[in-house]
This record gives sequence, C-alpha cells and structure tokens, in this order.
Amino acid sequence: MIALLIRDLRLATRAGGGFGLAVAFFLILCALVPFGVGPDTSALRPIAPGILWLGALLACLLSLDRIFALDYEDGSLDLLATAPLPLEGVVAVKALAHWITTMLPLVVAAPLFGLLLHLPAQAVPWLIISLLIGTPAMSMLGAFGAAVTVGLRRGGLLLSLLVLPLYIPTLIFGTEVIRRGQEGGDPATPLLFLAGITTGVIALIPFAAAAALRINLR
Amino acid sequence: MSLLTVHDLAVSRGGLRAVEGVSFSLDAGQALILRGPNGVGKTTLLRTIAGLQPAVQGRMDMAEDAVAYAAHADGLKTTLTVAENLRFWAAVFGRRDILPALQAMDLTALEDRPAGSLSAGQKRRLGLARVLVSGRPIWVLDEPTVSLDAESVTRFAAVIRDQLAHGGAALIATHIDLGLTEAAVLDLTACRARPGATHRPAGFNEAFA
Repeated sequence: MIALLIRDLRLATRAGGGFGLAVAFFLILCALVPFGVGPDTSALRPIAPGILWLGALLACLLSLDRIFALDYEDGSLDLLATAPLPLEGVVAVKALAHWITTMLPLVVAAPLFGLLLHLPAQAVPWLIISLLIGTPAMSMLGAFGAAVTVGLRRGGLLLSLLVLPLYIPTLIFGTEVIRRGQEGGDPATPLLFLAGITTGVIALIPFAAAAALRINLR
Repeated sequence: MSLLTVHDLAVSRGGLRAVEGVSFSLDAGQALILRGPNGVGKTTLLRTIAGLQPAVQGRMDMAEDAVAYAAHADGLKTTLTVAENLRFWAAVFGRRDILPALQAMDLTALEDRPAGSLSAGQKRRLGLARVLVSGRPIWVLDEPTVSLDAESVTRFAAVIRDQLAHGGAALIATHIDLGLTEAAVLDLTACRARPGATHRPAGFNEAFA
C-alpha cells in the first residue's frame, strides 16, 4: 500500500503528472472573479467563501479522471486487481494520493487567494480548517466517480455530472463554516456536519468504488 | 500435487459465452499451452483464471493468491525508470529483490532508463520481469512473446523452465512455438461455445453477480 502511495506521488511530480495544475486553475478562477463582479470590497466579501469553495471544487474536478484512467490504459489496474492488495485499499490509497498532490496545495494556497477576494483576516483560519476537513471527501467521492467511469471514452464529462451533485453537502457546510467564522458566529455545528460527511464518505466509498472497478474490469 | 484444477469451466465475454466445458489440471512443474483461433476466448479464459471476472459455470480449484497474471498491456509507467517500475511491483507482492529478475530478462544495462524510452521488446521483457518478481507459483501468461526477438524468446523459455523446475506451473496462450517441448497443448477450438444453446443470458443482475 505504501509502495502504491509512493509510486502515485512520484508519478504526479514527474513530467506530465499534472502537479500544480489545480492550483493554477484555482488562482485564475479567483483572479477572474473580481473582473467579473467588480473590485468593490462590499461586493466581493459576501461571496468570497462561496467562490473559494467553488474554485477548490472545480479545480478538484479537473484531475479526477486521472485517478484510475491512466492505470486502466496501461494495464496497471488489471495487474493491481490481481495483486495481493485489496481493491478497497487501492481505491483509498489512490484517493489519498490525489488529495496530497491536488487538494493539499489548494488548502495551502487558499488564504493567499482569499486576499484577491477581500476575505477578512478573521475568516482565514476557518477557511483553512473547513478546506482541510472537507476536501478529503471530495477526493474520495471523486475516486468513486472515476471508478464508475473508468474505461469510458470521454468519461470526464460524465464523471463531472456524476460527482458534482455529491459535492453539494460538503459545499454547503464548508461555506457555512467560513461565513459564520467571518461574522463572528459559532461555526461548530457546520464544522461537525462537514467532519461527519467526510468520515462517512471515507468509511463507505472505498467499498462502492472497488465494486464499480471490479465490474468495469470484466 | 495439483496447483490448479479447472473443471467444466465456461466463460463469457460481453454477455456471450466464449468457451465452455474447459477442463484441465496443472501440476507443479507442468506447463500448458492454450491454442485456438483469434476470438475463441483465450484471453477471457485467462482473465477468469486470474480472478478478474467470474466464471459463468464450472469450478476452479487453486490456492488463494497463487496466480501471477501478465496481460497484453505491461502496466508500465513511462516516467518511472525500469528499476522503479519493477521495485514497485516487487513491493506490491511483498518482495524486495529485483536483481534476479533483471538478470533473467537481460535488463541490468537498462536499469536506470525511463520505461518510456524502451523499445517494444524491451518493455515486454520488463513486463515479464514483473511476473518473476511476484514470486507466485502459477504463471498465467497472455501472448508473452509479442514483440520479443528470437533470442529473448529462447531466454524466456529458459526462465519458464526454471520456474517449472522450482515447483511452479505456467498457463500460456501463444501462437508461436516457445520451444517448450515438454509442455502440454490444449486447443480451445473444440470448446467453443455453441451459439443458441440452452443458456440464456442472466440479464440485468449478471452485472452484479
């Protein structure tokens, strides 16, 4: 399992691995919003949490189909399925590798991009915490979508359609945490919901994704 | 001692039966070569034995985690070096030493080259080296000699002999003569499924069986 994680991390950082692509996309999105809605603090501040979360979500979508598609194309997925690793473990490890290479840089970069959207300083810790807790669910749900669509030509679009609705609860509670933190309210309730969703997803999705992979590999 | 016994096996591809009534047994030290025209179901049969898809009918008896499977695709990562690729698969199978496999497939000189820069035959040799590092007793090989030159084929036949001598077994689908004179041959043409026979497709639930 650790060998698989190391291999995936190594692949992501080699040429053509797509490392940093999501952060660049996130930056461009956050930089474009002030052009679209105007640079006024009064216009940007209320929508900043939503834009930051949406940006992270869309940046995540960009790289989801790579989770299994590349391994499927070169035959590694067949070989992994016949290896002594449980397929559920393979799914979990690959989702973890996706989170480390794609989502973790987003979490680190988000406070910086918050500046572009006039996010107040007292909301920044809540931004980091909500992303840190919410994004693992996005990687895991994305791995499920990728497992369902693996082997389909142009599966990326179908993958987006399948996965985006599943992101709604995470998005709602994630932005709510920041909004309450920004207004000086108590963000504990949405934070607990966010954590609950993430733990539930991490516990259940590997089994669903592994079942989908088994069917797709026949 | 029988490593793998297949009894009255039927496999299907895309909901259609490919071959049925396949029976054979593979003892330690034995090799079996599958033959048959294109599309008869050699690959489907091998994938079933490797555990990638369920059998429609029949029984397979073997120890758990005994099969090392090599498909048409070698599962190589082009940006990793030869040694990194092999070390990864060795680690997956819980083993460390990749040097014997590198030597057996004549890859030591290419160890630090990225797999993407190898020729087709060299990639194939790396793919077969992966079977070696798995350390599993039963090798299930699907067209292992594609793009190998004559010298490499001889080399690989020697590797298979060595595996058989160490109590392993090999099931190989191939069209060319590997020079394994001791190997038994099973022609699947006789097992081709009869169309329109008594069986109906299982329908929707088959996908979730």
